[in-house]
Amino acid sequence: MTIVRLAGGVGIGAVLFFLLMPTLLIVPMSLNGTAYIELPPRGLTLRWYLDYLADPDWQAATVFSLKIALSTAVAATATGTLASLAIVRGSLPGRNALKALAMAPMIVPHVVFGVALYLAFSPIGLTGNFSGFLIAHCVLSIPYVVITVSAALERFDPALERAALSCGASRTRAFFSVVLPNIAPAVAVAAVFAFLASFDEATVAFFISDTGGKTISRKMFEDIDFNLTPVIAAVSTLVVAISLLLMGSVELLKGRREE
Amino acid sequence: MPLTVLFSIGFLYPIARLVIMSFGDAAADLEQYRRIFATPLYLGVLSRTISTAAIVTLLSLMFGYPVALAMSKARGRLALVIAAAVLVPLWTSVLVRSYAWIVLLQRSGLVNAFLVESGFIAAPLKLLYTDGAVILAMTHVLMPFMILPIANALRSISPDYALAARSLGAGPLATFLRVVLPLSLPGVFAGCVMCFILAIGFYITPALVGGPEAMTMATLIAQQTTVVLDWPFAAALSSVLLLVTLLFVLVFRRALSISKGINSVA
Repeated sequence: MTIVRLAGGVGIGAVLFFLLMPTLLIVPMSLNGTAYIELPPRGLTLRWYLDYLADPDWQAATVFSLKIALSTAVAATATGTLASLAIVRGSLPGRNALKALAMAPMIVPHVVFGVALYLAFSPIGLTGNFSGFLIAHCVLSIPYVVITVSAALERFDPALERAALSCGASRTRAFFSVVLPNIAPAVAVAAVFAFLASFDEATVAFFISDTGGKTISRKMFEDIDFNLTPVIAAVSTLVVAISLLLMGSVELLKGRREE
Repeated sequence: MPLTVLFSIGFLYPIARLVIMSFGDAAADLEQYRRIFATPLYLGVLSRTISTAAIVTLLSLMFGYPVALAMSKARGRLALVIAAAVLVPLWTSVLVRSYAWIVLLQRSGLVNAFLVESGFIAAPLKLLYTDGAVILAMTHVLMPFMILPIANALRSISPDYALAARSLGAGPLATFLRVVLPLSLPGVFAGCVMCFILAIGFYITPALVGGPEAMTMATLIAQQTTVVLDWPFAAALSSVLLLVTLLFVLVFRRALSISKGINSVA
């Protein structure tokens, strides 16, 4: 029995190592002193980070990505929250259809969506610019928002809202002063998901980018394919740090919600 | 409804246009589809895409289930370590993870260096740009989508059931096989469907770590649009991929609640 347990423990340990190790390798690689990627790193340097910061291409891609991701977070969270209200609270006959529609972008392969967007957007000038990306990334982020906010709405007691309404509050007033404060943590979590979904998105960006309008993931994709320098490791480390920081704060929010 | 408007412009209209384009100028022209289904090369890509997705799903299940089990049982610091090992890759960009595998598997990469130095092989092997590399990296990316729904299902099983089985004389193995495993099947289903759906449409990882001979539907579509510029054919390929995905979702819709599976991930 102890041998079985030991073997099981080692096996699980190996799988955990497999899951964690590739991501963690990026950090020493980004600090490596030579232009080649080697492990263990030879000498430590921040050169690749400085190269990243000094490169106008990377700068443009980073700013473009941040602008899109922030706007997506705001727009997708607002739209998705409204849709969640309609799905959870609404009495419309199309509730299930609406829910299916909101979830559909999770099922449609991103390549297919990318090709479709290119075909629809390029004749009307929506490729390679902010509006095109905003629409595309909102569509991709909304499922995350709807899942998160719907779950919170289902936990929230509708009697509280009815109480507000019976005390004379308008629907809008009741939403902003009773419902919204109660689901605020979930809305915040949804906004973080939307931000990350947009910031990390690379497949659709592959199709609707052009030379002028390029997101950071699109630029990373290109460089990994054609121009494998340690700068990629530095950018990757920064991207991972941003994701972990945001998701770590989400876990804290969730923890607070459950207490 | 803002959602309906946004989705009409940014989702339904483009997809509809894509499907219409695949039928050519004349209505219901099946030329592109005939080309896909009459060419062994394209049929091969389709079947490779499906079999790769199946293998990745199976591997994720085989190696992910024990981790999910450990995750649902662990307490304290150990629980934290397991959760971190599962969640950190999930929150990390797919690009970054594919990049890490390129660095590990390339000719002068860490894996080859280790194998040569320890005397297992004489010369570095070609590891990158192979089917094996695609399967390895895709399993790495998708395994958390398997682990989390299963761990959730296992957590929701009351420990009383296992205790009851044990007190009735079942050994640990029998308890697991006859009580715990069947009760965790909804999670297993949700995880498998998620993994499989994500795997058949996967673009980034096969594009970066796969070679020309390891082509999948997604990389073939991208090639048709960016290199060959055959849009009607790309549209037809996309429609086939979409159809395969939807069929799969419909078949397993009862077994799965997608939003449940995703909820446990998100």
